[in-house]
Amino acid sequence: MTSLTDTIAVGPSRHAALLQRQGVVVALVLLILFGAWRYDDFIGLYNVMSVLRYNAMFALVALGMGFVIMTGGIDLSVGATAALASVVSAGVSDIGLGAGLAVGIAAGLAVGLLNGLVIAWAKLPPFVTTLATMLAARGLALLISGNQSVSVSWDTSFTDLGGGDFLGFPIPAWIAAIAFVLGSVLLNFTGFGRAVLAVGGNEEAARLMGLPVARTKVLVYVLTGGLAGLAGVILAAQFGAGQPTEGQGWELFAIAAVVVGGTLLTGGMGSVGFTLAGTMLLGLIFNILNFENGKGEFTLSAYWQSVIRGAFLLLVVLLQNRLARRPG
Amino acid sequence: MGDELLLSMAGITKSFSGVLALNAASLTVAAGEVLALIGQNGAGKSTLIKVLTGALARDRGTVRFAGQPVAFRTPQEAQAGGIATIYQEINLVPLRSVAENIFLGREPRRWGLIDWRRLNRQAAELLAQFDVRVDVRQPLNQFNTATQQMVAIARALDQQARLVVMDEPTSSLDDREVAVLFDVIRQLKARGIGVIFVSHRLDELYAVCDRVTVMRDGMTVADQPMASIGKLELVAAMLGRSLEEVTRYGATAFDEDFAPRPTRVLEVTGLKSAPRVASVDLDVREGEIVGLAGLLGSGRTETARAIFGLDRAQAGTIRVAGQDVDFRTARDAIRAGIGFCSEDRKTEGIVPDMSVRDNLTLALMPQLTRHGVIDQARQRAIVERLIKRLGIRLASADQKIRELSGGNQQKVLLARWLCMSPKLLILDEPTRGIDVAAKAEIQGLIRELARDGLGVLMISSELEELTEGCHRVSVLRDGRSVAAFDHAQATEHAIMSAMAHGPAEVAHAGA
Amino acid sequence: MQELEIRTPRRHPLTLPRGGALAGTLTSLAALVLFNLVATPHFTSLQTLYVNLTQVTTIVIVAVGMTMVIATGGIDLSVGSLMAISGALAPLIFARDLLGVGPGPLADALAFVVPVLVAMGFGGFNGWLVARFRIQPIVATLVLFIAGRGIAQVMTNGNLQAFHNDAFHALGLGRVLGVPIQVWLMAAVVAVATWVIGRTLYGRQLLAVGGNEAAARLAGLPVARIKILVYAISGLLSGIAGLIVIAINSSSDANLVGLGMELDAIAAVAVGGTALTGGRASIIGTLLGALIIQLLRYTLLSHGIPDAAALVVKAAVILVAVYIQQIRRAS
Repeated sequence: MTSLTDTIAVGPSRHAALLQRQGVVVALVLLILFGAWRYDDFIGLYNVMSVLRYNAMFALVALGMGFVIMTGGIDLSVGATAALASVVSAGVSDIGLGAGLAVGIAAGLAVGLLNGLVIAWAKLPPFVTTLATMLAARGLALLISGNQSVSVSWDTSFTDLGGGDFLGFPIPAWIAAIAFVLGSVLLNFTGFGRAVLAVGGNEEAARLMGLPVARTKVLVYVLTGGLAGLAGVILAAQFGAGQPTEGQGWELFAIAAVVVGGTLLTGGMGSVGFTLAGTMLLGLIFNILNFENGKGEFTLSAYWQSVIRGAFLLLVVLLQNRLARRPG
Repeated sequence: MGDELLLSMAGITKSFSGVLALNAASLTVAAGEVLALIGQNGAGKSTLIKVLTGALARDRGTVRFAGQPVAFRTPQEAQAGGIATIYQEINLVPLRSVAENIFLGREPRRWGLIDWRRLNRQAAELLAQFDVRVDVRQPLNQFNTATQQMVAIARALDQQARLVVMDEPTSSLDDREVAVLFDVIRQLKARGIGVIFVSHRLDELYAVCDRVTVMRDGMTVADQPMASIGKLELVAAMLGRSLEEVTRYGATAFDEDFAPRPTRVLEVTGLKSAPRVASVDLDVREGEIVGLAGLLGSGRTETARAIFGLDRAQAGTIRVAGQDVDFRTARDAIRAGIGFCSEDRKTEGIVPDMSVRDNLTLALMPQLTRHGVIDQARQRAIVERLIKRLGIRLASADQKIRELSGGNQQKVLLARWLCMSPKLLILDEPTRGIDVAAKAEIQGLIRELARDGLGVLMISSELEELTEGCHRVSVLRDGRSVAAFDHAQATEHAIMSAMAHGPAEVAHAGA
Repeated sequence: MQELEIRTPRRHPLTLPRGGALAGTLTSLAALVLFNLVATPHFTSLQTLYVNLTQVTTIVIVAVGMTMVIATGGIDLSVGSLMAISGALAPLIFARDLLGVGPGPLADALAFVVPVLVAMGFGGFNGWLVARFRIQPIVATLVLFIAGRGIAQVMTNGNLQAFHNDAFHALGLGRVLGVPIQVWLMAAVVAVATWVIGRTLYGRQLLAVGGNEAAARLAGLPVARIKILVYAISGLLSGIAGLIVIAINSSSDANLVGLGMELDAIAAVAVGGTALTGGRASIIGTLLGALIIQLLRYTLLSHGIPDAAALVVKAAVILVAVYIQQIRRAS
């Protein structure tokens, strides 16, 4: 009997994706080395901890965004959801940390559920749907807060969530770390995770193979909403107030981090760990800019931050593109 | 094989918005039997299969499977019930690994989490049963269609399928891969699994099927052992015509009355275009139809693309109408008088939401423009003329092209190039996936065009089309030209030999 | 015997009779107008019309460009940032002597032309990334979305530039035959774009590229050039919109000009019935979509509902509109 053992490569090279992801890590390491060399206190305890503390929120949002993008979707509402969560959790912060967490995460889950149901059942395109829920969440946040920031109560342990430490590391960083570990396990070792990738890879096939496509989609947006809600609570806890206008641009930052981390925007392939690397990379740029200003040699206004972030994204995307071209 | 049939569908009726798609159709399959299901496009084959697999609900009729009456409401239910479908477009997830695809949704677990080691091992074992040994951790899209099909079949087997429906499984396979597939089907038979084999390729059906069911106009018009009915009778049954008519329509008899003119429109020497084209020589004269044969992967489409300027050539010369050319883009080739009809009209041919009119004139449009504005009167005239000439059946030239049948879409695509008055037309599988009547029409059209002086390079995987429809046949193997036959020498055997063995054995056949 | 592929469906109750998507959008707009005629005092005043039209012009102009980009299967997230750049450049030219020509008619003329050309150039850059490097449009334009506003802020150091300029005053507040100049501009843009898509070669080519890019390339269409041009056009229109915004306010704040415009534009396109997947383009639909959203916001505001709530309503409208679009397309 004849046999089939030759392979004819017809798709994007697995090696190219691997290389690009490693490129992210390399870039991250280089950036850290650069910072360590150029600025005192860059790798000092204080700076490391504050970078971790501040970027934990973005990391959570990027984690969720990664899952959504892996299903071939997108979620533009994460920033507004975080703002909404920050407002409602600040509002009940006087009851306690638990209440704040519960309410904030619940708000996020609710938005996520709405997204998921509309996208999975009504079958509306994710871009437009989450665009709409973004507007709605923003509107709700403004309405509930009366167009102003909502102060948190300092009487309860609520602010510990944002400003506290555990075993020397900022609590938000712990939360983000645990979330990422769980996220990685979820993606690589559970049926849900594999379904996420299958749905993004070929939705019709996934459906025919009996995977619960609609349920997977709904869950992925709920997950993202919940993570955004959590990020919003941390935001309120860290800055002492729920801000209805915060979160602007968060979704795009998250998308950039996910893309930089090597996840395909079209879905079907991605990694939790590298999304984290992407987040750190983009977050460090802000940090380095602050240091550069502190150095006083050039004064780079904070506005340069966005220019540099944009340029970085461009660089990474071009690299990704170059590597994805198969040789020959 | 037991007394009761594995599958029995009877009196199946289904209509869509008042239009009867299935009219008391019936179908039966015994365990361990391979049933051929044939019929023209629109005869109701796919509708019947969809009813069986749960993609559609029937209006009336009964279905009994494995001794029970069933009414599957979704494809998932049918799968769970033991019916697996292998689709023409492999419905698996390309970015996921081979092993994962086999077990997707049913991954082996250890302590609640996926056990990758076991998953990979079991996948490899499954595939080894078909003598397929590949790295199961690689993404599925790294492998060719034939292997992907094996993965789909392995998945079906692992899911304890008792009936496997194969929808045009050989359309992207070369002869070697088809042989492997048939071996696998025989293995399925031996295990008592029933197979429904839907195909246009009559020769293959005789090779592997036990019985045949013919459908026409939503009805089952024939249902008998394969051995008891001849090919022409089958075609007659499909068309609802008498045997004599079929002989005129179905056979692609080549009228040898017209000979090509001596001038060459295309001369290709030593063409090299990585990765698939190593060294190809071709030439086409005015008024000549040259067939390009070869196994899948032999570089035919890539050769065509290199000639047309879509792919870069690293070595060799191409001369069009006596001039050396170096095309960088399709535009260059078009300007030089070449047209190219790609093999996949869905992904590279039609712009689905655009009108037939715009699709037809898509390449010609710049010439219908003055100062950037389209001359709609001229456009209309050209479109009407071509619709008439090619016999395109449609409601209006303004309707969206995706509403047309496959055969008519192909005609529009042909027209797209014809209105450019090309010197050379490259056709890649022009009659693939088209029903028998339209196929004959298109083949006739191609002959007419050649008669009028057009040079045609036709890539085809249908031996009959090559032996009976071409002045000459050129054979490629592994990216190299290995043989060229005149019409008289181009027998199926000679062509197949060349494809399989290469130059050494066929030197005497007249290269 | 059926030759055509059987296309099913039962008509969903929400589909309106075949008159195209436009019929539905027009009906919604008519309903809104009717409601306001009845329920809102002063609705029929010229002032109201004036206010509404003014607020909607910039969105329409940008959305027209967005429609064309979306027709090619792409998207342009950078429009707001390009507006900011254009809006930041103009005062620098006529008030802060960026080009060294001193104040006067030449500076004014350059202040109109140069920012628009610069925005167009950035748009072309977007198109180049998409066409040459095959980067996905959402990512490619994301770059300028992030960096563009930063560039505008860096140019002005985030400061508000208030100015007094007759030419821009005319653009922002002047009228011809009683109609504001920007409205004329908007009408011209809509008319030209509709004509281009309907009657010109480029229009057909746009739709072909969005409908099936591989087929378009095979048919000899200069796909790269077509894409670069469409993003350049989007940039051009964003540049013009940026000038209008600063003209209306007589001031330019790089932090605010065009903020959120990409969403408004996309919303207008979606509500107007153009498919976000490409291959189709309805400029008139986009115009109607923008009008509907604007009118809704106005309706709410004039009935005392806070602007924040208007956001929620806008969201609902978008969802409903796209849903209806979807059902219609399925049938």
